[in-house]
Amino acid sequence: MSSSPPPAAPATAPQAAVESPEVARQGTQKLLKYLVIAVPYLWLLAFFLAPFLIVLKISLVEVRVAMPPYSELITFVEDGWIAFHGSLENYLWLWDDPLYINSYLSSLKIAATSTVLTLLVGYPIAYGMARAPRRWRFALLMLVILPFWTSFLIRVYAWIGILKKEGLLNLALTHLGLISEPLTILNTDIAVYIGIVYSYLPFMVLPLYANLEKMDLSLLEAAADLGCRPIKAFWVVTVPLSMTGIVAGCFLVFIPAVGEFVIPDLLGGSETLMIGKTLWTEFFNNRDWPVSSAVAVILLLVLIIPIVLFQRQQQRSAEAEA
Amino acid sequence: MSGAGTASNQARSGSSAARQRWAPWEDPNEKPHVRIVGVTKRFGDFVAVDNVSLDIYKREFFSLLGPSGCGKTTLLRMLAGFETPSEGQILLEGEDMSGVPPYERPVNMMFQSYALFPHMSVEKNIAFGLKQDRVPKAEIDRRVAEVIEMVQLGQFAKRKPHQLSGGQKQRVALARSLVKKPKMLLLDEPLGALDKNLRTQTQFELMNIQEETGITFVIVTHDQEEAMTVSSRIAVMDHGRIVQVSTPGELYEAPLTRYVADFIGEVNILEGRGAQREGDHLVLQCPDAGCAIQTGPYAEDGGDESLWIALRPEKVRISKEPPADSSRNCMTGEVWDIGYLGNLSTYHVKLDSGKMITATQANMARLIERPITWEDRVYLTWAPDAAVVLRD
Ligand SMILES: Nc1ncnc2c1ncn2[C@@H]1O[C@H](COP(=O)(O)OP(=O)(O)OP(=O)(O)O)[C@@H](O)[C@H]1O
Ligand SMILES: [Mg+2]
Repeated sequence: MSSSPPPAAPATAPQAAVESPEVARQGTQKLLKYLVIAVPYLWLLAFFLAPFLIVLKISLVEVRVAMPPYSELITFVEDGWIAFHGSLENYLWLWDDPLYINSYLSSLKIAATSTVLTLLVGYPIAYGMARAPRRWRFALLMLVILPFWTSFLIRVYAWIGILKKEGLLNLALTHLGLISEPLTILNTDIAVYIGIVYSYLPFMVLPLYANLEKMDLSLLEAAADLGCRPIKAFWVVTVPLSMTGIVAGCFLVFIPAVGEFVIPDLLGGSETLMIGKTLWTEFFNNRDWPVSSAVAVILLLVLIIPIVLFQRQQQRSAEAEA
Repeated sequence: MSGAGTASNQARSGSSAARQRWAPWEDPNEKPHVRIVGVTKRFGDFVAVDNVSLDIYKREFFSLLGPSGCGKTTLLRMLAGFETPSEGQILLEGEDMSGVPPYERPVNMMFQSYALFPHMSVEKNIAFGLKQDRVPKAEIDRRVAEVIEMVQLGQFAKRKPHQLSGGQKQRVALARSLVKKPKMLLLDEPLGALDKNLRTQTQFELMNIQEETGITFVIVTHDQEEAMTVSSRIAVMDHGRIVQVSTPGELYEAPLTRYVADFIGEVNILEGRGAQREGDHLVLQCPDAGCAIQTGPYAEDGGDESLWIALRPEKVRISKEPPADSSRNCMTGEVWDIGYLGNLSTYHVKLDSGKMITATQANMARLIERPITWEDRVYLTWAPDAAVVLRD
């Protein structure tokens, strides 16, 4: 960036005067560089770190019937002394009531199951796209991205119309004579799985497609040449080589799915337990901000492990490519 | 270029004499190992391989030689089963191969890009083919160890392909295609990525391995020197067609066409007219050369059209003294340029007609004692058999 040579130490005053605009220019350049780097950091600071600290603060105090509905963490007493009123009571509460632990476990289970399902649906799609004639690939890619042009909420709502008792799916199946009684799908875990798989499919397909598309096809020829049938070659060559894509896709689906709220709320039943829903109930129905903040902090801690693993894997695959 | 070419040609003349006696293609009772019958391959309108017919015999080291894009890889891929011929047939040991997928052909290929599995160690790469055949584990280990030994990769057995140099990768690819003991091994420019020294060394290793294993090798190359060094026979290709199939010696000594003569080694090409028969020979008038040329044995009559004559530089004698009969097989000119190659010198002589002729001479005496220098008037002569008549 700053390719101009460093200015020589000014020997005489007039020379220094000549060089000063150069020095000034370098200074501005440096400042610009820091500004550019600072933008994402400031963004994270304002919209991630600051809200997190607020949530953390609320999670340490007690609930109050007031506005805001929680007690102060730090109060000023006389003589410039400050008093600290925080406690870990809310966290202990989460541990005591099995509802929370069950919600976390159930969320992890639902997220893991739907990640596997998304992989099973997404892999063939990505594979088909990557092996399609080159002139079709862009169109296929657009088809995968296209749903993003409609609001996520509306798309999940649309599934209610499809899955409900007198919905499109049941209508179609009864007309085809496949079922006599309408199926109960809406408001069950199955509907949640369908919703998550549908909504997060692009996050699985895109990294897989990027990976499969750049695979060297002569490796499959080499496998065939050495006596390996195409189906086996898929398992021993294609799948291991697309592992980075599989891992990336799985993390991209799993991480947001754990905290998912809209899908279980709209499509799931009353017994569908997910931490996002529990948190919402705690916050809006019980109006217990401190406990719901503690729920959120724990959720973040739970997700930090897969997030860090994902970061590591991304870094490693980036290094492998370089 | 020509210096190195002729040197390797001379070097192999000893062994090729021994090999010449083994010539199954001359024996009408011998059954070809592979028969390629009228094979054509089209990509859309483009004809990549054009009506090729070839017989390759067991234990041959057969080369497909030709410039880039002439269809060598395509022909090889049809042998391996990756492409299906648009027309024609490929028979392996008398059996029609059409419809037989690559994984069922007793043929292995060494890919131009090696195509090593990046997620497997050297050992695993080599064992891959044997595993597909459900060979018992103990035997896999034994055979893998054997080929690893053969290609001298012992210390790299546990490494992944990206931890190997180009030459080592090439050895792994070779080992991987050899370990299954195929009936035929197809090699697509196996030495393309190697530097000259390693290349020459590996050529001889390949020949040894071929002799040890007795596998039929079909190798693609666009390096004529490489083809000359390793092959029992060479097929020269041009635009999807086979122009000539011969032993290296024959290809060099008796090229059929100007294309072949030009492609293999260095050559002077002269145009002659008014062919007169003289026993086995023809006598042509050659205005470029400024003399009549008596050619080597040639069966057909020339007729009135012009004929082309090939004259290898190393067969041209260069001298300051005129020969006894300078009206025939003798060109005169002025030394234009001299290239010193250590063992050889190349003289570029400008004839009176303006045509440039190249002659090479072994450097018997030391450089400073060389009798011929720039701008000397010289006489170029040759034995009649050295002038080869070309078809076009
Ligand atoms: N799949 C394909 N589709 C269309 N054209 C092709 C295809 N494969 C090869 N060709 C064409 O066929 C011709 C022969 O290709 P081939 O790869 O056999 O050449 P080659 O002799 O091996 O050349 P090189 O020495 O550069 O490897 C080329 O002109 C190439 O463009
Ligand atoms: Mg090729």
